[in-house]
Amino acid sequence: MSSILEYFSGLFKGIKSLLIGMSVTWKELWTKKVTQQYPENRDTLVISDRFRAELTMPHDENNEHACTACGICQMNCPNGTINVLSATIETEDGKKKKILDTYTWDLGMCTFCNLCVITCPSDAIKFENTFENAVFTRSKLVQQLNHEGSKLRVKPPKSTESVTKSTECITKEAQNK
Amino acid sequence: MILNYSQPLEFTNLITWLDTALRSSMSEFWVLLIEFVLVAVGLLAAYSVIAMILIYAERKITAFFQARFGPNRVGKYGIWQSVADVIKILLKEIIHINRSDRFLFFAAPFFMIIASMLTFGAIPFGKFLHAVDFNIGVLYVTAVSSLGIIGVLLAGWSSNNKYSMIGAMRSGAQFVSYELSAGFALMTIVVLAGTMQFSEMIEGQRYCWNLFNGHISSMIAFVIYLISGHAETNRGPFDLPEAESELTAGYHTEYSGKQFGFFYLAEYLNMFIIASIATTVFLGGWMPIQIHGLETFNQIMWYIPSYVWFFAKTGVLIFLSLWVRWSFPRLRIDQLLNLEWKYLLPINLVNIVVMVIIVLTGLTLTDLFPGLF
Repeated sequence: MSSILEYFSGLFKGIKSLLIGMSVTWKELWTKKVTQQYPENRDTLVISDRFRAELTMPHDENNEHACTACGICQMNCPNGTINVLSATIETEDGKKKKILDTYTWDLGMCTFCNLCVITCPSDAIKFENTFENAVFTRSKLVQQLNHEGSKLRVKPPKSTESVTKSTECITKEAQNK
Repeated sequence: MILNYSQPLEFTNLITWLDTALRSSMSEFWVLLIEFVLVAVGLLAAYSVIAMILIYAERKITAFFQARFGPNRVGKYGIWQSVADVIKILLKEIIHINRSDRFLFFAAPFFMIIASMLTFGAIPFGKFLHAVDFNIGVLYVTAVSSLGIIGVLLAGWSSNNKYSMIGAMRSGAQFVSYELSAGFALMTIVVLAGTMQFSEMIEGQRYCWNLFNGHISSMIAFVIYLISGHAETNRGPFDLPEAESELTAGYHTEYSGKQFGFFYLAEYLNMFIIASIATTVFLGGWMPIQIHGLETFNQIMWYIPSYVWFFAKTGVLIFLSLWVRWSFPRLRIDQLLNLEWKYLLPINLVNIVVMVIIVLTGLTLTDLFPGLF
């Protein structure tokens, strides 16, 4: 007797659950379509800020960047994508100083791992989310990031103060030892 | 007389004009020959055009169910998409498989397409648009549509491919099981209608569709017919013969180009055929909605051509099939056979007895309310 009951209750439960499923899909039929029609929706397209598509070196209005040509990004790059060429100049007070000459980045070799940006001590480079990077020849993928005639930004005095303070601490510690 | 003017869009006038024109100039034999060829060409053209429309509609509705747009690049709203697909499939190379049974391999798609074509001919599309009208129409349709399974089994066997073989075997088990249910569901309605001829069945449903005439019993038969119809066409939740995650494509894995196109076409047309037989048997076929006593209303309904009625009703059923397809997960083979042998078949057998009782004791709607229906 109970098995007969089970048979019929199972049957009707099954039909009920099928109807619930169909009502769900019926509602889904009338929902707003989520497809992004890419080339047409360029104006409204939302790409996440964190999306890494192109390495850039931000320049301010005086055509100055923050790169000290230390080469840490080049050393950290797993693929040899970055090539920092530096030049040595002599400052007014007779000191020799290394400055950035050309900073090249090969998009075709880059895996967008972000190691260069993380390790940069002076936050001179960052990844932008401009993703339309397709070109017809491979050589166009190699880009120079520093602008023509740009130079190193002079650090604001506040930060130099803190630097001297910290160096004082270090010398004190050394003396105590 | 009024009816002649009220149906300007029907094909009746064209057909009679053609027939008289041919008969006036040549002998009976040649008239029949020419007419047969014309009917065949017409059916083939309808077959491919309906398949293209179905493929487009299916892709579009599927996309809507999944919150997508579907094809929308080829022409406005992508209406030329399936035309482009057909041209592509016709131009594709037919790849010859090494160590396959060549004769059977090439014969298999024809079994599929011929079976569905034979069934297609027996569908009443509209008034006078009915190529094959036997007095045993229901039996003919059931018999002929089951020929398709030979094509599936041959394709699976001759491909020399394990995926194809498993797919074909699953399809065979499924088809043989569900053919039974579909047959019994149609039998239930034959008991109610008292005829097996499609044209008489439609005439009998002028004022009350078979679906409502046999009320509870008819409804059960209708649902069972739709379920087993979906199973027979290897679609919806019953698509395990071609379960792409397990068997790549099932029995037509090794086919390419036009031969694959035949399988594809037959699959879509079988969906249409199931829907149109359900329309004819349960929903009054091409007959417009008619109500006793409302002569003006009936007349207005006749203004709409009969084939529009037929395609509208069929379209609703095809939409239902797509809705089901995108709602339910695929059944396992044991669940599939359980559903048929433990649920549908016993219910069906009881249902046929109930229908006999309903008809014999005069409990059909036409018997209960003779003035209304």
